[in-house]
Amino acid sequence: MLEIKNLHAKVEGEDIEILKGVNLKVNAGEIHAIMGPNGSGKSTLSKVVSGHPEYEVTEGEILFNGEDITELDADERAHLGLFLAFQYPVEVPGITNKTLLREAYNTIARANDREELDPIEFEDYITEKLDVIEMKDEFLSRSINTGFSGGEKKKNEIFQMAVLNPVLSFLDETDSGLDIDALKVVSDGVNKIANDENAIVMITHYQRLLNYIKPDYVHVMMAGKLIKSGGFELAEELEANGYDALEKELVLNGEAQ
Amino acid sequence: MSEELSDGVKELESMIGEEYKYGFTTDVEYEDFPKGISEEIVRELSRVKEEPEWMTDFRVKAYHAWKEMEEPTWFNATYKKPDFENLLYYSAPKKKPQLDSMDDVDPNIRETYEKLGIPLEEQKMLSGVAVDAVFDSVSIFTSFKEKLAEAGVIFCSMSEAIKEHPELVKKYLASVVPVRDNFYSALNSAVFSDGSFCYIPKNTKCPMELSTYFRINNMESGQFERTLIVAEEGASVSYLEGCTAPMYDENQLHAAVVELVALDDADIKYSTIQNWYSGDENGKGGIYNFVTKRGICKGKNSHISWTQLETGSAVTLKYPSVILKGDNSVGEFYSVAVTTKKQQADTGTKMIHLGKNTKSTIISKGISAGQSNNSYRGEVKISKNATGSKNYSVCDSMLIGQECGAHTFPYISSENPTSSVEHEATTSRVGEEQIFYLMQRGISEQDAISMIINGFVKDVLKELPLEFAVEANKLLDVKLEGSVG
Repeated sequence: MLEIKNLHAKVEGEDIEILKGVNLKVNAGEIHAIMGPNGSGKSTLSKVVSGHPEYEVTEGEILFNGEDITELDADERAHLGLFLAFQYPVEVPGITNKTLLREAYNTIARANDREELDPIEFEDYITEKLDVIEMKDEFLSRSINTGFSGGEKKKNEIFQMAVLNPVLSFLDETDSGLDIDALKVVSDGVNKIANDENAIVMITHYQRLLNYIKPDYVHVMMAGKLIKSGGFELAEELEANGYDALEKELVLNGEAQ
Repeated sequence: MSEELSDGVKELESMIGEEYKYGFTTDVEYEDFPKGISEEIVRELSRVKEEPEWMTDFRVKAYHAWKEMEEPTWFNATYKKPDFENLLYYSAPKKKPQLDSMDDVDPNIRETYEKLGIPLEEQKMLSGVAVDAVFDSVSIFTSFKEKLAEAGVIFCSMSEAIKEHPELVKKYLASVVPVRDNFYSALNSAVFSDGSFCYIPKNTKCPMELSTYFRINNMESGQFERTLIVAEEGASVSYLEGCTAPMYDENQLHAAVVELVALDDADIKYSTIQNWYSGDENGKGGIYNFVTKRGICKGKNSHISWTQLETGSAVTLKYPSVILKGDNSVGEFYSVAVTTKKQQADTGTKMIHLGKNTKSTIISKGISAGQSNNSYRGEVKISKNATGSKNYSVCDSMLIGQECGAHTFPYISSENPTSSVEHEATTSRVGEEQIFYLMQRGISEQDAISMIINGFVKDVLKELPLEFAVEANKLLDVKLEGSVG
């Protein structure tokens, strides 16, 4: 479904490369985790894949279901079924969560020649989804993320994921700032949404999230590259020994600088 | 955006257009005055309009007052000073005004109205909007006079009112905005050409929304409109003023005066959508809009609200205000002022609390983009006797892009300790992060900006009469297209 080939990227207008040749393959039905220390470029990867205008791809390509999306605008990528659960969801006062979701849903439906929902139909549709993430109905009529706590913002991201039903989702440090209860709710939500047709890539620092959402593959990102991949046991190893140990091991093996 | 809007959008696109569509002139011959201003010219103006002597005297006195006054310079805008000696203070189409049917209107003028989408066509008339169209400086057509006459409502041109209802005009003209109030009100009082006069008798609710269109069609003609609305005890009226104007190379001066009088238990709602030519990319050729608008809540429990969407003009100086004299009276000001490219706006309001338990609400939303400059200037004054008065003000600024400016100059003075004044102000920038967030959810960049702006101005636009709310939203979209990035 997703193939990232030798992706290099930097902040537009600056010289320093942040992504230095990322390679990644994700198939339908899979859950991946990307872990790594601060500054490794994890969040940048999710932003570049979703088309954030602040970044410029300098080399390589991003293929989504075989189509090169490297030059597409963010909204075009969303139409193809790409979703990003933001690390720091912004507040957008003046627009309610419900309005955003209805507009988003219908715009994506339109782009895919699917049926749009009128406000009443959408109301029914969205009410079902409230159960996925234990959101209260009253959240829908509030302005986007306005007055939400950190945990509520993260829940709202997963709620939007449930409503928009994307094909490929990047969860950018969804677990950061969540207490255990919130983490459980969010993880349950993601697990309910995950199926054989979609794919999920979780970006995280900590192994803890992976106890709740079990990944099929774990990758470690350092200095702008995915330097090691494995199964769940890789996450456990990192938890036990830390990133430094892994880095040393790879240097010794000549696999990293 | 979505299908439900697209029909309305198509209709509106023909009204507003991507580029300023109203950049055309009509080939109508004028009885032109010589340029410039003097006592002789003022007298001649009055004579051509066949005004009674008291009106001529009023004008001449005002002219002399104006000669003694100095052009104001205290506002936050810079512009080339108007050349008063070179302006044309009167213009009228050759065909005479006051017609009963569309067929009698000069075909050129009729075509102009059609291009502007002014609702003088049968369709719009049937939908119930009375229109008093002012073509340059003279009223051409007044519709629905009979229906209004049934209700006892007088809605006609100022010129007509001076002749047909002198006692009312004499009683109220310049009672809210005295001749010497400011430089432009004095000038207006001397040379005002025409405008609307509206009188609602006791306990009468005006049966329809009243509206007026203005148009400047002659190069170098100063547009000096004068409007007076009086609502007697228990009366109510909703009035909409919408403006369009064609393109020119010379800046054009628009110095109108609008006076509202509300007696006991009366209610006046005055809404404005202003979309005048604002100049080319270098700011050249746009309209100067220097307007004095003031209402007096004269009676107890009276209510005046000003609602405006200002998107045009090269320079706008405008402070619709309310004097809250009657006890328990309420004044409201809802404004969205948009400046783009090189426009400058210094606008706001004054709420003067004189009576007891008076209330005022100010919600001002300024949006600046391009290299424009947008200032809010507001005064809330609570006098000694205004016991128990309350004011609530919100003035929010939104900046789009990095080169524009937004300023707030609030003046608050209270001489009564039992009053309360609340003022909130926020400034925000339409951020790339907000736009990216919406885009990542599938919404296009343009729609994202539109949604953010509409969310920002919602509280104000909901105060506009329903028919104009849709036009207002579309107008905003058009004005702000391409302003991010």
